[in-house]
Amino acid sequence: MKLDQATIARLAEHLETCELEARDTPKITDEFPDMDWEDAYAIQDTIRARKLARGTRIVGLKAGLTSYAKMKQMGVDTPCFGFITDYGSVPDGGEVKVSELIHPKIEPEIAFVMKRALKGPGCHIGAVLAATDFVIPGMEIIDSRYRDFKFDLKSVIADNTSSARFVIGGQPLPVSEVDLRTVGIVMEKNGEPVAFGAGAAVLGHPAAAIAMLANHLGARGEEIPAGALILSGGITEAVAVAPGDSITLRVQGMGSVSVRFK
Amino acid sequence: MDKALITQLGDELYEALVKRETVTPLSERHPDITIEDAYQIQQQMIARRLAAGERVVGKKIGVTSKVVMNMLNVHQPDFGWLLDGMVYNEGEAIPASTLIQPKAEGEIAFLMKKDLMGPGLTAADIVAATEGVMACFEIVDSRIKDWKIKIQDTVADNASCGVLVLGDRIVDPRKVDLATCGMVLEKNGEIVATGAGAAALGHPCNAMAWLANTLGRLGIGLKAGDIVLSGSLAALIPVTAGDSLRVSIGGIGGCSVRFS
Repeated sequence: MKLDQATIARLAEHLETCELEARDTPKITDEFPDMDWEDAYAIQDTIRARKLARGTRIVGLKAGLTSYAKMKQMGVDTPCFGFITDYGSVPDGGEVKVSELIHPKIEPEIAFVMKRALKGPGCHIGAVLAATDFVIPGMEIIDSRYRDFKFDLKSVIADNTSSARFVIGGQPLPVSEVDLRTVGIVMEKNGEPVAFGAGAAVLGHPAAAIAMLANHLGARGEEIPAGALILSGGITEAVAVAPGDSITLRVQGMGSVSVRFK
Repeated sequence: MDKALITQLGDELYEALVKRETVTPLSERHPDITIEDAYQIQQQMIARRLAAGERVVGKKIGVTSKVVMNMLNVHQPDFGWLLDGMVYNEGEAIPASTLIQPKAEGEIAFLMKKDLMGPGLTAADIVAATEGVMACFEIVDSRIKDWKIKIQDTVADNASCGVLVLGDRIVDPRKVDLATCGMVLEKNGEIVATGAGAAALGHPCNAMAWLANTLGRLGIGLKAGDIVLSGSLAALIPVTAGDSLRVSIGGIGGCSVRFS
């Protein structure tokens, strides 16, 4: 840890206020270039504690930066992780108010719901699949609090990995009924297909992201709780959205899920 | 373009193919070349291959993705001819020396069970006339220097077709959602691209219907037994001797190719 408690508390308050008031900020590593990974997660944890104290419920977890291309670009070899909240949940077919966000983008994902707790280290794809209740199509609406999306990985982690809103829906499936590596996705914006991919775009297999999350938490003495909803990471580049846009994600064998922006 | 020039350019592309050489873009030398001219040049290039003993085994559809359409600044697909000399079986090595500047595309191949003659055909007619779909590699190659192609150049050059490899399974198109089926492309063990069926004109059967209708207006039909490559589902991957690639398509199967 390079930052003291008071600084961590101040940065957490600053970033959360930016989120709640929908305004952007320069990345925090401009002011604290020496901050380390522990500091970054400590800021995220403080934001989480602030929300819990206010009565927000944490409904699940998310992995970010899950493509090899993105990790290479950022110079890291593991994804980053954050949490998702009850107020971030949008019903399938529901509406997101763009005015509550800064510069939202949306990405297609496979969401996992766990039937058992998972604790690393040593967690692997097999352990993840065995502990999964079902998978379901999901989309994450990310909204970095950093100006013009200019950030580095530590700033992103402190900012709860750009988490903002999410929607799940469509046909849930037990993991034994789907090949999560080749499962295809088509994301449509206002009826036009704009992004195509397959599950393998996430670390070779979306369950690998969940295993890494369990191992990351295990190293900190934490675990993925039973019942957790986990967004396993964007399968394609995030797509920018504006008021009036309607987005539908179709997942092979798993139906579709939609969201509208107002 | 007059007939003599069309024959000359078709011959030039055929010679380039045989000698593994490239030519300067036709569109650079003949800026007024039309797409219709280009298809006639393609016919001459194919006529030379048929005269040399090859036979037609199917068709290919190109320029089916938004990315490639924007790159070439055209908003319609194109087509070319598949000949028996282009077909490799899964597991065979393709000598890289037989190609000029190859790139790999992961695609869905259709094997036709009935003749089909457009125009007026829909995606449903395609499904009804299809024996099965297979994962496949199309190895595209360009006889045009440095791939500097406009739509007229690629059309004249048989839609940049090189060789193709069909995959390990054939699946009834009634049993797979061809719009959402995912594609994973690996090169030397590393995932280099993913995509889905809808990348080809929204649905591979849309691309097939476009082809059948376009050919129908020219008086050409799809034939039972034809192989048709329905268009790339992701970015083109440059390949060279020593490379080994695999494509997996969700609900269909896989296909491997290696270059010696």
